[in-house]
Amino acid sequence: MDEPVLEVTDLTVSFGDVRAVRGVSYAVRPGEVLGIVGESGSGKSVTSAAVMGLLPPGARVTGSVRLRGKELIGAPERALNSFRGKSLSMVFQDPLSALTPVYRVGDQIAEAVRVHQRVGKETALVKAIELLELVGIPRPAERALAFPHEFSGGMRQRVVIAMAIANDPDVIICDEPTTALDVTIQAQILEVLKRAQAKTGAAIIMITHDLGVVAGFADRVLVMYAGRPVEVGGVDDIYYRSRMPYTAGLLGSVPRVDRRGRQPLTPIEGNPPSPAALPPGCPFAPRCPMHVSACDEEEPPLFEVGPEHRAACIRWQEVHPRGPGRHAAPSDGPRLRARGERSVLEVHQLVKDYPLLKGAVFKRRIGTVHAVARVSFDLRQGETLGLVGESGSGKTTALTQILELAAPQEGRIVVLGHDTARLSRAERTEIRRDMQVVFQDPLASLDPRMTVHDILAEPLRTHGRPDSGRRVRELLALVGLDPAHAARYPQDFSGGQRQRIAIARALALEPRLLVLDEPVSALDVSIQAGVINLLDSLKARLGLSYLFVAHDLAVVRYIADRVAVMYLGRIAEIGHVDAVYDHPAHPYTQALLSAIPLPDPERERSRERILLEGDLPSPANPPTGCRFRTRCPKFRTELTGEERELCVGVEPEVRPVGEDQGAACHYADRRGVG
Amino acid sequence: MTLSEEELAEELADGTLTRPPSRARMVAGRFFRSTQGLIGFAVLALMFLLAFVGPLFSPWTYTDKDFTAFMQPPSARHWFGTLQTGSDVFAVTLRGMQKSLVVGLLAALVSTALAAVVGAFAGYFLGWTDRVLSWVTDLLLVLPAFLILAILSPLFGSGQWPLFVVMLALFLWMVTSKIVRGMAISVKEREFVQAARYMGVPPVRIIFRHVIPNLSSLLIVDATLNVSSAILTETSLSYFGFGIQPPDVSFGTLIADGSLTAVYAPWTFWFVAGLLVVTVLAVNLVGDALRDAFDPSSGKA
Repeated sequence: MDEPVLEVTDLTVSFGDVRAVRGVSYAVRPGEVLGIVGESGSGKSVTSAAVMGLLPPGARVTGSVRLRGKELIGAPERALNSFRGKSLSMVFQDPLSALTPVYRVGDQIAEAVRVHQRVGKETALVKAIELLELVGIPRPAERALAFPHEFSGGMRQRVVIAMAIANDPDVIICDEPTTALDVTIQAQILEVLKRAQAKTGAAIIMITHDLGVVAGFADRVLVMYAGRPVEVGGVDDIYYRSRMPYTAGLLGSVPRVDRRGRQPLTPIEGNPPSPAALPPGCPFAPRCPMHVSACDEEEPPLFEVGPEHRAACIRWQEVHPRGPGRHAAPSDGPRLRARGERSVLEVHQLVKDYPLLKGAVFKRRIGTVHAVARVSFDLRQGETLGLVGESGSGKTTALTQILELAAPQEGRIVVLGHDTARLSRAERTEIRRDMQVVFQDPLASLDPRMTVHDILAEPLRTHGRPDSGRRVRELLALVGLDPAHAARYPQDFSGGQRQRIAIARALALEPRLLVLDEPVSALDVSIQAGVINLLDSLKARLGLSYLFVAHDLAVVRYIADRVAVMYLGRIAEIGHVDAVYDHPAHPYTQALLSAIPLPDPERERSRERILLEGDLPSPANPPTGCRFRTRCPKFRTELTGEERELCVGVEPEVRPVGEDQGAACHYADRRGVG
Repeated sequence: MTLSEEELAEELADGTLTRPPSRARMVAGRFFRSTQGLIGFAVLALMFLLAFVGPLFSPWTYTDKDFTAFMQPPSARHWFGTLQTGSDVFAVTLRGMQKSLVVGLLAALVSTALAAVVGAFAGYFLGWTDRVLSWVTDLLLVLPAFLILAILSPLFGSGQWPLFVVMLALFLWMVTSKIVRGMAISVKEREFVQAARYMGVPPVRIIFRHVIPNLSSLLIVDATLNVSSAILTETSLSYFGFGIQPPDVSFGTLIADGSLTAVYAPWTFWFVAGLLVVTVLAVNLVGDALRDAFDPSSGKA
């Protein structure tokens, strides 16, 4: 076995009195991928910043970081600079801020080369173009002359990776490299990272909160909680034989895209502790389902629980995770229930264009963004329709059109039996009472200057319901919050609690239709599960209908009855969730589903991905005919020239392909995706 | 996670029936719990008390003249001394304070309220509302305020001070209103305003409930500054003989007169100046405390 290339021993970082990282140790060998997983505030990013020596001056770092045997902690800045970018490089989360906007990307990569290698400008530029080709940027020589803003998010992240591997580093630290990207782009970037690793033989430290990404990518995993590693081991050990209740809880709280059935997720109760006020003993004890009094006595060390597998729990022998294999059991055929009779929302051939304007004083119309192009769907009483798509697919525009309750540009929207084009004032007020909305970011959607009581009382007052004090307490209890907290401001709550407040506000008037715009995507996994469970149980108890907009397909599979997949302003596929997820008929749905990383290492290794090439085309200038044809794997590989003509010339409409499933593809055929 | 109905009912039954913690009550509570706010409020209350109750204890009124004492330093007979004309400084100072406190505070409040309403409406509705309101704002901005006040000053005879307050306020609000308009445009885009709209809250109520409270830091600072500038504008107007007309007095006329004799008869100047400084300080303290009370992210509730 090789010598470790990077060895971190007992690393601690403190900011003033707050200890953000408390004793992290790990080692990576060349060619190995170490995944560091943790929720926000677990200290995973601070750890990597400490390794790079990139912490602000106020931070105190102790312990040891050895890169090929050389100590980095306390090394002079000049010595560090000779390592950074050469033997130790980093890929950041936000590729836009990681690139300088005023330089051409080719020059930026060439600069990265020239800082550490004595080569001429031309040689460096040639090397830069080679690197761009390696990370899969088409026409690299041409694109090297472009500026960062001319690239899409995925392409920018490729450029950042090209810079990171420019000097054949020994270790690449990736800090949430795909979090800001759409799932099909994420799959591309992970592929590029694998290729980059194969080329350079570097070790990769992959920091992420996404358990799926780690499962398919990492060899070993380090789980962090409250600034400490709580479990370290091989990827299979962590996923199938975890010995720490936190890891088991984290895995149990992830909704799975490959599972049908509605067992409630098991959320982890409570919130992560603040690093300034850690509980005595095990930091996870207050949230732990296996908590005994001995847990509060002292913080458990990492016990050796198996070969190369350590966990920080005094009861590790008793932790038996319900393995991912077990709850796949109830697959009782597609549950195609009869759909409800009454429809609460009908959208028919909806169109929304935005003009593209140019000029400051005299605005000229230079084009049109076709944000939503003839979209139709309907939602019945008691049903949940998931609207999924990547950014730019038009799902938010469609949602806003519905919420505005104004006459659409073209098409028809019927909300609760009323056509929005012919609404009287009184009818509009009535619909506003029966249709409520929950936004993505609870902090932005709750007025920071209002107490929780005022926030919850606002809909009641607006629609003239008296006795708000009692109702507010009822609502808080309904969403699982303490009614005594009504006097607090939204800032005093954690993210998950804030989202519960937003849900309580939406429920205040006992609506019939709830529009949920990415309600859980801003939350940590363990918190997210609690909110999903809440939404699910509320729906059953209050007889609600949900229009659930999300980009996370796993969450949608978990909560929705039917799903509509959008691509570039059109519906690509619509139907019952089990039908669409198990046997997608549209090539885009197939690619989307296969791009989602599963928190299941064995399946990740065996599955075959359908990788989409390139980016979403601009909605201002969509391709003729089928909008997906430019990226369609079927169009490119399976169809004959004659068949392709239909794709280029005629835009496909949604056609039924199964009992409750329709796809907008001329050559749709249902197939399972691994 | 899910409470059954019985549990729910039980929980609500034991819950003490306190009054709902609305924003107004929270802000008042936070304001009076801060020492700063309490001190400022107490000082301001004392000033009002002094201005309106004080004259009852003085043997002299502001129109009386003691022909046996011209320019006398403070004594048992004349607590703050006398002026050149034989007027009792204590009596005229309190009379001036009555006028200045009322005019200053009211003018500041009116101008800030005007700025908030005009700015928020223009910023929230945009379009024609914005164009008309901005046009009015710009018009008032380019009119020479001092000249108009001076021309209209004959109207502010005795008993006409409310008109004077309105005129003062009318020339103080424009700049703030422009700032408020800009901020209202950005607040309008925030999700909680969208949430209120989709809930069916009428636009005017959204402005008063969401937009203006979220600009309260700016508005309170502005109102605090306006108190001093209103008193000073009034002072300078009176200094030129336009504002408060004799025999009535204000801080302005008193300071104008006193500054001439301040060097050799300091009591004619320093008492007035001192009270002005204390008033403005107290207003600033109240303003700071109010701003903190409105802003939930400052300190701890």
